[in-house]
Amino acid sequence: MSFQRTQEKLKILADAAKYDVSCSSSGSKRANTNKGLGDATGMGICHSYTEDGRCVSLLKILLTNHCIFDCAYCVTRKSNDVKRAAFKVQEVVDLTINFYRRNYIEGLFLSSGIFKSADYTMERLVAVAKKLRLEENFNGYIHLKSIPGASDELMREAGLYADRLSVNIEIPTEAGLKKLAPDKKREDFIKPMVKVKNEIIQYNAEKKIIKSTPKFAPAGQSTQMIIGASGENDFQIMQTSNHFYKSYNLKRVYYSGYVPISYDNRLPQIGSAVPMLRENRLYQTDWLMRFYGFDVSEILNEQHQNLDLDVDPKLSWALRNLHEFPVDVNTADQRMLARIPGLGMKSVFKIINARRFRKLNWEHLKKIGVALNRAQYFMVCDSNQFEKRDLTSEKIKGLILQNSTSKYQKMLSNQLSLFG
Amino acid sequence: MQAKNLIYDGTFDGFLSAVFYVFEHKLKMVSIQNKFSVQQGLFSENESILTDEVKANRVWKGIKSKLSSHGSYQLYYAFLSEAIGVEDLLLDYIQYAFSQQKKVDKDYSHPSILKIAQIAKSVGREKHRMEAFVRFRLTNDDIYFASIEPDFNVLPLIEKHFKRRYADQKWVIYDIKRGYGLFYDLETVELINMDFPENFNFTKTDDAFFATQEFEFQKLWQDYFKATNIASRKNMKLHIRHVPKRYWKYLSEKQPN
Ligand code: SF4
Repeated sequence: MSFQRTQEKLKILADAAKYDVSCSSSGSKRANTNKGLGDATGMGICHSYTEDGRCVSLLKILLTNHCIFDCAYCVTRKSNDVKRAAFKVQEVVDLTINFYRRNYIEGLFLSSGIFKSADYTMERLVAVAKKLRLEENFNGYIHLKSIPGASDELMREAGLYADRLSVNIEIPTEAGLKKLAPDKKREDFIKPMVKVKNEIIQYNAEKKIIKSTPKFAPAGQSTQMIIGASGENDFQIMQTSNHFYKSYNLKRVYYSGYVPISYDNRLPQIGSAVPMLRENRLYQTDWLMRFYGFDVSEILNEQHQNLDLDVDPKLSWALRNLHEFPVDVNTADQRMLARIPGLGMKSVFKIINARRFRKLNWEHLKKIGVALNRAQYFMVCDSNQFEKRDLTSEKIKGLILQNSTSKYQKMLSNQLSLFG
Repeated sequence: MQAKNLIYDGTFDGFLSAVFYVFEHKLKMVSIQNKFSVQQGLFSENESILTDEVKANRVWKGIKSKLSSHGSYQLYYAFLSEAIGVEDLLLDYIQYAFSQQKKVDKDYSHPSILKIAQIAKSVGREKHRMEAFVRFRLTNDDIYFASIEPDFNVLPLIEKHFKRRYADQKWVIYDIKRGYGLFYDLETVELINMDFPENFNFTKTDDAFFATQEFEFQKLWQDYFKATNIASRKNMKLHIRHVPKRYWKYLSEKQPN
């Protein structure tokens, strides 16, 4: 491996890969049973954090940034005037192994521009994963990008070596896709996704019968959507997201605030702010949907098409549904506890455990870590002190905002001024 | 009755032997103290405790039967915090656990249980940080070497993780603060003490000790780290919360180049 050449390529191909926000390296269960290198049974570790505060857990690179397509939102697009480079298969293998041995990373996240054709590209991605598994005895985490349009046969092989596969749908609506990526068709994204989903189902079924069935993409599939590039509203985004979770058994949908990289007038201009707060609100909604028992239509619907930026989506829902409150924390079921603003799932479980021993009062709840600033208006406990005034939602919201020092406050005032 | 200080040798078995002693003699006013950090009480009498593995095991078995496995983990984690006075908190917790019918480790409204849970949580956090922030460097002897200075004594907690993960390379993780380390020789992990040459600088990669390719991979990693950052999303406050500055000196990506 020539150091200088590799160094040059790494700079280009890591830079081009960084807009993919997925960094998850958990959920695999691939154990080190062959006394080889690595183990992916754990939760997935962030070995470092970038200066923008994102987790670094995988070596995230493109195999090449040559691309035959011209998607407007992408730095790698054909018409963009950037330096191009391509790794050899062996170079990626060496980098992965040597970074892993030093405890820098949990594994590899390999994506690529499309050179020549979808299959030609996919074949090389698969070759890297295969080499790592079969020649290097590598049990760390491998995430491969499924190239839209790749053949079923290659997708099947990819699933044998990778822990996770993903296809980024990028643009939440079909109309947006047509405008910004005219070469791409939605079916091309869907096809590999369907193949992988079906293979996973089949493998899981066979596994029940024959125990030694090889693993197939044990950490499942994920996708990413770019937020704020094509004018879609939060309702459309979360509907798409919900559809993908349900129809393709996705493990994760990632939301990536669009980082302006082009003067193309179909897109927000360079210099405009990355919608980070909106991105955060979408993630919160995603969590409410997956872990808190909310149906997406409770949070976003025809009447309510965009998330509030000034309060989190659960609080926003609660303010619209005051008739469900106050909740008595000493008797309420898990579902209702999870709906109290300021109560995370961890606190919910702690409450359920602790209330077996004694009735809980404010002191207990504070110690458990409940954010009383928000929660106090929505619950009662073993105390005769509780909010007795009949406050309107407006009033409650005002009181909460007054007493909160949200880490997003500065950002919020910036971004709100954008909306006049 | 006079207050007693039970002085033990700093090991977990030693501590459990002291707990045994408390139960055996039904002591009420008692404090258990590490011999390396004795806090002398004005009116208390010191008693040295002999570490007895059999007694220690009996106590540990008893504890495990009175707590969920999570609860007994928490006790051990909290012990490794080496926090001043943690032994007395642990003793209070253990005595409470033995006095109750139900398993008490989820009873966070009991002050010692909550406190121990909090301490165990910080130790757990440090364990995770070490699993993340250990940076191996390849030496001329073909051993991957890492030095750490954790806030708590977490080497015993991270051993399994590294053994499982790096099964096919020799490695050493050395706690400079406590002067001991783990050495994996492709078969087993042993505790070691090392004498370092006088001119050895733990945070510098010196070619007298480290392999040539080590420099290249460190450079590549630094380049990668820089390239993967998105400047327009910079947020140093968040960055430092995740990677507190006191860990930077051992992180290859944080070295000036
Ligand atoms: S096909 Fe992929 S890499 Fe190529 S321009 Fe479109 S998004 Fe970018």
